[in-house]
This record gives sequence, structure tokens and C-alpha cells, in this order.
Amino acid sequence: MHRFVYALLIIAGFSVSTARVEAAVLDQIKAKGFLQCGVSQGIPGFSSPDDKGNWTGLDVDVCRAIAAAIFNDPTKVKYTPLSAKDRFTALQSAEIDVLSRNTTWTLSRDTSLGLNFTGVIYYDGQGFMVRKDKKVNSALELSGASVCTQTGTTTELNVADFFRSRKMKYDIVAFATADETVKAYDSGRCDVFTTDVSQLTAEKLKLAKPDDHIILPEIISKEPLGPVVRQGDEQWFDVVKWTLYAMINAEELGVTSKNVTEMTKSPNPEIKRLLGIEGKFGEALGLSNDWGVRILKHVGNYGEIFDRNVGANSKLNIDRGLNKLWSKGGLQYAPPIR
Amino acid sequence: MSETASEISKIADAGRRSRRSLLDDPRLRAILLQALLLIVVAGLGWALFENVRANLASRNIASGFGFFDVTAGFAIGQTLIPYAESSTYGRAFVVGLLNTLLVSGIGIVLTTVLGFLIGVARLSRNALLSRLAGAYVEVVRNLPLLFQILFWYLAVLGTMPGPRQSLSIPGGVYLNNRGIMLPKPLFGAGSGAILIAFLAGCALAWMLSLWARRRRAAGKTVATGWITLALVIAPPAAAFVLAGAPISFERPELTGFNFSGGLRILPEFLALLVALVTYTAAYIAEIVRAGILAIPRGQAEAAYSLGLRRAPTLRLVVLPQAMRVIVPPLTSQYLNLTKNSSLAAAIGYPDFFYVFAGTTLNQTGQAIEIIAITMAVYLLISLLTSAAMNVYNRRLALQER
Repeated sequence: MHRFVYALLIIAGFSVSTARVEAAVLDQIKAKGFLQCGVSQGIPGFSSPDDKGNWTGLDVDVCRAIAAAIFNDPTKVKYTPLSAKDRFTALQSAEIDVLSRNTTWTLSRDTSLGLNFTGVIYYDGQGFMVRKDKKVNSALELSGASVCTQTGTTTELNVADFFRSRKMKYDIVAFATADETVKAYDSGRCDVFTTDVSQLTAEKLKLAKPDDHIILPEIISKEPLGPVVRQGDEQWFDVVKWTLYAMINAEELGVTSKNVTEMTKSPNPEIKRLLGIEGKFGEALGLSNDWGVRILKHVGNYGEIFDRNVGANSKLNIDRGLNKLWSKGGLQYAPPIR
Repeated sequence: MSETASEISKIADAGRRSRRSLLDDPRLRAILLQALLLIVVAGLGWALFENVRANLASRNIASGFGFFDVTAGFAIGQTLIPYAESSTYGRAFVVGLLNTLLVSGIGIVLTTVLGFLIGVARLSRNALLSRLAGAYVEVVRNLPLLFQILFWYLAVLGTMPGPRQSLSIPGGVYLNNRGIMLPKPLFGAGSGAILIAFLAGCALAWMLSLWARRRRAAGKTVATGWITLALVIAPPAAAFVLAGAPISFERPELTGFNFSGGLRILPEFLALLVALVTYTAAYIAEIVRAGILAIPRGQAEAAYSLGLRRAPTLRLVVLPQAMRVIVPPLTSQYLNLTKNSSLAAAIGYPDFFYVFAGTTLNQTGQAIEIIAITMAVYLLISLLTSAAMNVYNRRLALQER
């Protein structure tokens, strides 16, 4: 008879409330001593490993800035390379703390996936790349083309919208990873390769003969790319969001990685608040008050990381365009720190 | 007195029985245990389900099966039924499923033929042939399937010329790095007569085979091969001529970037099919060889002594018996081929796994529902395949009297 009782107890044990309370993400990160950051499988300028295995890029610098803000050490990051297809599941299942992987902010991703977009690190748009010898000058001349794209992206949906709304025919060839897509385009399987323009510029460098290809002038979509966190932890959401804003505000205020130490003596109250000389803004975020100094000292302001990774000082040499500060005619605008 | 005594003992018996616990009855106890086990399993299942539901809700992740009616918005490279970007995820599900069934169905037929040929060739008395078959099996069986798929896709089909430099095969067939372009048959009025004539021819051939079987049972030999072939070909051919050649062909033509018109077989499909067929055939060849070797030599020797030559001996005496050994492991190879077709994801062939557990999962974000459905679908395909093979196996089984 005892066995029956035990069996019943076991069932009861399983059936009792299985909901568990999770510790705050920031506390978890502090306890384990590093940030787990989801990045791409290798997109030059955004996130790609160099020959020594160190990750660099715009998206990587976001991870480094967050780590710098928390630990005062930008190297306390572990990177998880993810395909477009796997990225959201990895974040949902808490395999990573933040997803910084050229991910487009859309309504459905923001709502039904249980995720939150923390801001925009790069305002992008989708474009097309073709071989020069196809003698195509406009995306409107692409009727009947084979189009290579990566599955699980907004790209896949935009290209469908573009051709459908113009009643143009096309054949889609969708691959699981960016590398496979580029390889297929390069081998001639497709006439057109489509993705965000920044990525087209980056991938173009990987082609056998980069000069034989052109990026068509049309931009067919809005692709605001930014870091993503899980819903339900407002503190962590704020940390990632304000790390981004701190870098943008710093550029606006003229604080760089080089002059940050001198700037702590600046009389400008906005700079004083950013660098933690005045107020307790860092503590409000669950960080230390010199969080701004840490980010800028180790990683730099937005303009610096843009130029270094994708802009004028990089191989990609992409124009700042929409990503200029709002004060210079662009869209990058951060709420004030006060 | 004896009456009262038996009366008393009856009452005592009943009393003893009622005092005994219900659990002492073995049958009742067994039922009770089964019921308890059922409750445990159901309770665990319910706890799991509740846990998942609660966790999804607490993380604001959408759940449920409502997404089937939502517009998919993405295109699929190969569709056997009409599908557009404005179709639903439900339709995308069917498109993917049909693509998987297409590659597995054709794959199973081709791999069976190839596997049997190689298996028999390996036992050939011709040293060159048997060595070649042996080498094929050893090489193909020992290389990873993914590697072979990528080999066929990148190293073979990937090196084909572009559409403008297509390799042209007489009859309107073109080969290039976009696949194989074939003339597409267009069925005009009167095509139905050809189909009817063909079915009638098949029916006649079937009746002929029944008659031939009775004759053979009576100990007579009948050669029906040529007559059967004529019965299948002649009636539709006659109908084709009589109906005034109603079938025409739409030839693929180079317009702009690509060929348009005609039928197109995707290189992704070809690469996957060739890799699956050649890989699985190596295993089937070994199964066939083992099946044939399992038949005692005496069977073949008896056939020779009756005057049968080698080919009819193999076909009429050895293989029918070997089939009893071959069929069960053959079934598992068919299942392997079907499941292996999900490696299509590596080369972008839009099979079920790729379209549903890949693109649809990613666009909807409903991992748990989609993975559960995917498992159920593959399970169902496998169970149906093995059920069909079991029916066939039962028909082959030795009839013991």
C-alpha cells in the first residue's frame, strides 16, 4: 500500500504550481561574471570574428559597451553566433542575454515573440545587388529574375511584397545562412542577391570579384536594426536601452574615448550627468554611477564605433546617411540623461 | 442438521470474503494498478502542458494554432499546388509537405531499382561488375550524406553554365545552373480518350496476367512480356492518332534573365534526389545481397537441375524467397530516406522541414506548436510507410499449412 501513497505524492508534487520566479537578468549576469551576447555568423562591419577569433563590429561594440557598463571591462562578453532562423529562439530560451545581430524592429517581433527592441543602432533599408554584365540599372527591371535571400528574415517578406505589388515575376531561392546565400549568388545560381544595404556592402567584399557587381539604387524597405532583449525584465531592458543612448548622447556632447578623462572636469551639466559627476543615474539603472565613463573609455561614442566598423575608417566605407545625429540631419536621437 | 451446517458454512464463507480487502482480488488489483499508472502519466502530461502554457503566457509569447489562417507573406521556390505570397501559413504547410512527399516518393522508387541492380551486380560472376558494385557500396555508404548532398549541389550542378550558355539537349531540353528545363505537355480536347485507352490497356494486361498465372499453375509456360507491353502502349497510341494529336508541348524559351514556359526542375531538388537515391541504394544493395545469400544454395541448384537458366532462376526461384528477408530492413531504409530528406535545408530545397520548421517557425515565432506538429507529421509519414510495407510483407510471408 505504501507504494501507492508514494506514487500519489509524486504526482501531487509535479502538479503543484510549476511557475517559477526568475532572478533579474542583470543580477544573473553580475553573478556569472560575463554577458552572453547573440551575434551573427559573420557579417563584416557588424559582427564577425577576426583571424584571432576576436569579435569586432558595430553590433559587437554594443555588447562590449554593455559589458563595460556592468563590469568596467569590455572583454567580459561571450558571443553566440546565430543564424537569422535561430536568433529569436535563442533569446526566448535565455541562451543569450541580449541579441545584437542586425535585427529589424517590426511590430510582430516586438509583440508575439515576447521580445523588446531597445532602440536603433543602425537605420538600414533593403536593396538589391546584381552583376554588372546583366546591364540592369533599376530594381524595376528585375522581372523574371532568380533572387537569392536568407530565410527567416524581413528581407524574405519585403522582396515578396516588392515583386507582388508590382506584378513582377521572380523565383525565390532561400538559404538558411548568409554564407550559403552569398555563395549561391556568387556561383550564378541567382541573378539577384537581396538583403539590407549595409549587409550587401559587407557581403560584396566576400565575392570572388567584388567589382563585377553593383548595388541598385532602390531602397525597398525600412530596416531599423537594434539590440533585442526578452520581455518581462524592465531593469535589463533599461540598461541595454540607456547604454545605446549614452553612446549617442556622448557623440552629441563631443565626448569621445580619447577625451573622456578630461571631460569629467567639464563645466557642462549635461556632460556631468552623462559621466556620473552629478546625479545618481547609474545607480538608478542598477549600475555604478561612472557607467558613462566606462562605456566611453572602453568602447567610444556612437560616431566612433560607426566610423571604426562600417563608416569612413573601415573597409565598408558606408556613408552615415540616416545614421547622422539628428542635429546634423540624420535620425539618431537619444532622450536626455537627467 | 446437515442442511443447517452447510447454511452456516455458506454464511461464514461470505463473511470471510467480505472481510478480505478488495485488493486481494488479483484481477481487480491489476485494473486498479493500470488505472493508477494512467493517472500518473496523464497527470505528468497535464503538468507539462500547464507548465509550458503558463511560462509562455508569462513571457508574452504567442501560442495556439491561429497562425494557420494568417497570411504567410513569403514565397516558396517550388510549389506543386497554387501558392502565392498572399496564401496562408496553412497552405505553406501543405506546399512543404507535398515537396517532401515528392522527393521521398520518387526517391524511394529510384533507390529501390538502383539498389536491387547493384545488389544483384555485386553477386555477379563477372569480376569487373561485382568489384565495381562493391566499390560503389563501400564509397557511397561511408561518406556522410550531407557531404554528398553538398557535392551534388555545389560541385556538380553548381558548375553548370548560366541560362544564356545553357547546354541544349535535342527535344527542347536545356540544362543550366537554374536546373533542367523541359517541354511541358499541354493537354488539349480529346486527351481524356488517351487516358481511357491507357487504363483500358492496363486492365487488359492485368486480365492477361491473371490468365497466365492460372496457366502456369497448371504447369504450362506462357510468355506474356511482349503482349503486355503492346497492350499498355498500343491503345493510347491509337487514341492519340485518332483524336488528332491533342497533346502539344510548351517549350521553354529564354526571355530576359531566365527561361520561361515549360517545366523546370530545380537544381536543389535534383541534388537532393540524386544524393538520397545513391546513398540509400548502397544500403539497399547490401540488404538485397544479404537476402539472396540467405537462400540455401540448394534452391538455385534445384532450379538449374530442372533446366532453368541463371536469369529465370534468380527471378523465379531465388528473389521471391529472398524478398521475405529483404522487405523488413528495406522498410527502414525507406523511412531513412524520407527522414533524411529534411537535410534539404542545407541547399535550400523547400521541403516540409525547411518551409514549416524553418521559415514558418521563424516568422511566427511559435516554436513549440510548430515543432510538435513537425514531429507528428514525420511520425505519421513513417508509420504510414511502415504500415504499407507490413501489408506487403504479410502477403509475402510463408503460408504455413
